Amino acid sequence: MQGLHIHGIHHAYGENAVLDNVSLTVPAGELVCLLGPSGCGKTTLLRIAAGLEKLQAGRIAIDETVVAEPGSELPPEARQIGFMFQDYALFPHLTICENVSFGLFCLSKRAAYDRAMEMLSQVRLTRQADDFPHTLSGGQQQRVALARALAPAPRLLLLDEPFSGLDSGMRARIREETLTMLKQTNVATLMVTHDPREAMYMSDRIKVLGANGQILQSARPVDIYYKPVDEYVARLFGPVNLIRGPVHHGGLESSFGVFKTDDISDGVNMRVLIRLEGVVLHNGNAHQGDTPVDVLSAHLLGDSSIVHIRVREGPNRGAEFRARVPGSFDPAESGQVWARVDRRCAFQYYEKAGDR
Amino acid sequence: MTVQRTMAGPIRGRRSPWRPWRDGWTVGTLLVGGLAVSPILAVTYLAFTPGDDIWRHLAATVLPGYIATTLQLMAGVGAGTLLIGVAAAWLVTMCRFPGRRIFEWGMLLPMAMPAYVIAYVYTDILEYAGPVQGLLRDLFGWSGRRDYWFPEIRSVGGATAMLTLVLYPYVYLLARAAFLAQSVGVLEASRSLGRGPWRSFFTVALPLARPGIVIGISFALMETLNDFGTVDFFAVNTFTQGIFDVWMNMNNIAGAAQLASILLLFVAVVVLSERYARRKQRFHHTGGKIQPLPAYPLHSGRAVLATAFCAATVLLGFGLPTLVLLAYAWRYFDPALAMEILGYAGNSVQLSALAGVLAVLAAIVIAYSVRIKGGLLLKAVGRLAAFGYAVPGAVLAVGVLYCLGQLDNGLDGVMRDRFGVSTGLLFSGTIAAVSFGYLVRFLGLSLGTVEAGLGKITLGMDGASRSLGRGAAATMRLVHLPLMRGSVLTAGLLVFVDCMKELPMTIILRPFNFQTLATFVHQYASDEQLGEAALAALSIVAVGILPVVLLSLVIAKSRPGEVP
Repeated sequence: MQGLHIHGIHHAYGENAVLDNVSLTVPAGELVCLLGPSGCGKTTLLRIAAGLEKLQAGRIAIDETVVAEPGSELPPEARQIGFMFQDYALFPHLTICENVSFGLFCLSKRAAYDRAMEMLSQVRLTRQADDFPHTLSGGQQQRVALARALAPAPRLLLLDEPFSGLDSGMRARIREETLTMLKQTNVATLMVTHDPREAMYMSDRIKVLGANGQILQSARPVDIYYKPVDEYVARLFGPVNLIRGPVHHGGLESSFGVFKTDDISDGVNMRVLIRLEGVVLHNGNAHQGDTPVDVLSAHLLGDSSIVHIRVREGPNRGAEFRARVPGSFDPAESGQVWARVDRRCAFQYYEKAGDR
Repeated sequence: MTVQRTMAGPIRGRRSPWRPWRDGWTVGTLLVGGLAVSPILAVTYLAFTPGDDIWRHLAATVLPGYIATTLQLMAGVGAGTLLIGVAAAWLVTMCRFPGRRIFEWGMLLPMAMPAYVIAYVYTDILEYAGPVQGLLRDLFGWSGRRDYWFPEIRSVGGATAMLTLVLYPYVYLLARAAFLAQSVGVLEASRSLGRGPWRSFFTVALPLARPGIVIGISFALMETLNDFGTVDFFAVNTFTQGIFDVWMNMNNIAGAAQLASILLLFVAVVVLSERYARRKQRFHHTGGKIQPLPAYPLHSGRAVLATAFCAATVLLGFGLPTLVLLAYAWRYFDPALAMEILGYAGNSVQLSALAGVLAVLAAIVIAYSVRIKGGLLLKAVGRLAAFGYAVPGAVLAVGVLYCLGQLDNGLDGVMRDRFGVSTGLLFSGTIAAVSFGYLVRFLGLSLGTVEAGLGKITLGMDGASRSLGRGAAATMRLVHLPLMRGSVLTAGLLVFVDCMKELPMTIILRPFNFQTLATFVHQYASDEQLGEAALAALSIVAVGILPVVLLSLVIAKSRPGEVP
């Protein structure tokens, strides 16, 4: 199969293991995101795939050619990859055009120039072709780096935190442009980021890398958001509310009704994590599962509001929750407010030692 | 916006993927490093080779004298450079007085003056028949030697003064950098806690700058141990002088090597203290924002004193000797002699340029290998290869001669066995031998400069180039070399200038009857023919000014608060 195949990578710096039996596949034309906290070894994996870091254990193949096994590694220049660095690493002594044609040395001068200009036109920078990198804005530099990496039509593109150097206003636009361009080139892309929203926006598939160096979950963005395998992954994608308590008769009773479980036995503590949008508020007539709440405060974020509530009745009486509601929310006008939990946004785990 | 991927496969051609000799960088580094280390190993080896029982003879006769004199000289030069260098650096960075901006770079000028040249000049001025004593005799009506006391310039004290006058800039440079790197905050904190400027200097600024100062003094001491021209002329019996004596006059290479190996111990102590200081230096930067340093304006008397101190130092170390040489060169100018000197200058330039190019190439190979391959072995080789800079030229010359002699004999043997031809001494006593010696001695200098230049290029540059399909060599050529062109040129220039000034190795290793500017000056000035030597000496000084100009430019360009 075309694309990148990484199998059984172990990597350690001295005693400190940063990658533990990591395997993943990036099919041609797909964008896979490696998501994890900083310092968890995701950039290391990228550098091993590129051949910039020595492989310690495991195997890497690109388009069915093995490029790295212990004892026999292709140097990075023979792997036909594109790598985009976090700081872009544009050559300061070369013009934009020379930067982009740097990897095109197998073409004739003319052909290399044409190809470079073609890439620059795709990122709308033909006018800057003869400028030097330091005269460009951050967003322009990012686009040059992308054009340079893609110019030799690599078999695999590796992106290391490609948007972290941009301010938030520009980031969304560049992200969109980059995605469009990658989808058109149909290149297998492995991207590293610590920003869950970025991962969800960009990728066909997300791999969550834990601090222990293991891949915790690998799934489509929608699955990883709505079916996180554990509390760590769930919390990675945003703040949550927590309900905890022992299981009785196959379920945990709460003010929002019973959270049923098949695999947690009676007497064991269960934890229910509820995303903020999973707490649904309304002030109409009460339905089954609704519970009356007091509104403590509301904070408008623009497109949505965060509302602090306190449960009035039932097992969670007195407990405080946070809810995200669309648009603005005025506590004074809302009258009696009811809350219920959208079960798609509630995730149940048994409590492990050390959970708080 | 369309991206074509119609071409069959990636654009980049498939290059032969794996080359067994791609470790050429490692091989090259081991080779160059091995070459650079071999003379030092040879000296050590020779020292332990039982020869005629010269060792006991040396120990009983001259050795204690050598040790005492060398220690005396080192102590004197160490104290002298410390005082002058630190005082000048403090005045120039922290105080404001007339001429400060000029002295900022002017204090470096004596660096251009080789110690042996200044020694010839001052001897000429201060000896019994010289103008100073003559004037004193005329003024006071003394008639002879017994009527008055005058310090003897040809003594350990004289040598100390000469070496101090031209070596203090090392301490000045590093102390200045250390003072500039200090955050203003610490000094202001000290003042706010009630300590005056003097106490703040001694209790805060000086201790913080100590590692830099120690490094500067180590450089000065290495040069002191290396010096041959001054001590030879003054007949001061240091180790370097002793090596020459045992060798040239007693014709005993084992004895010379044994002396050389003891000298290596002295060197080791200096190098270790330098390394130690360097390690500590890292912890001494307390971080924080570096602001332009506050200036203490000096007024009236103090300002005059500061200006006088700086001016006198530069005048004694550079101005006066240059003037004397100029006067001599003018008076003794002779077209035939000038043509002769031009020829020697040609020799010097050729040799030094060759050595400069070799040293830069070797430094690039070593520094780049360490960068891309890493590994303890390569790093160790890099360190060892740089060690030659600390080793006195006379010691290295002994090693170089031995190595080349072995090579020549081996080659000769093989050629005679195989082809019945004797090649004789192919390398010994040739230009190749001298350039090899220069390379071994100054590789450390070029390596340090190239490493610094390479270190400023982020590793992302390597990664970007390699991932775009360029190999290690192409990356060096297309990315690193253009980016560190300045460092490479500086390295070449520094080695070139040091080779132009070099004396002890050149004397030992040069081909028969081969003169460079330095050997010519040494020969004539030792014969008290300073007039004939003046033009050549001035040429050496003129070349020596190049790196001073370079350093001044760096100082001038650096913004306030920035360490050049």
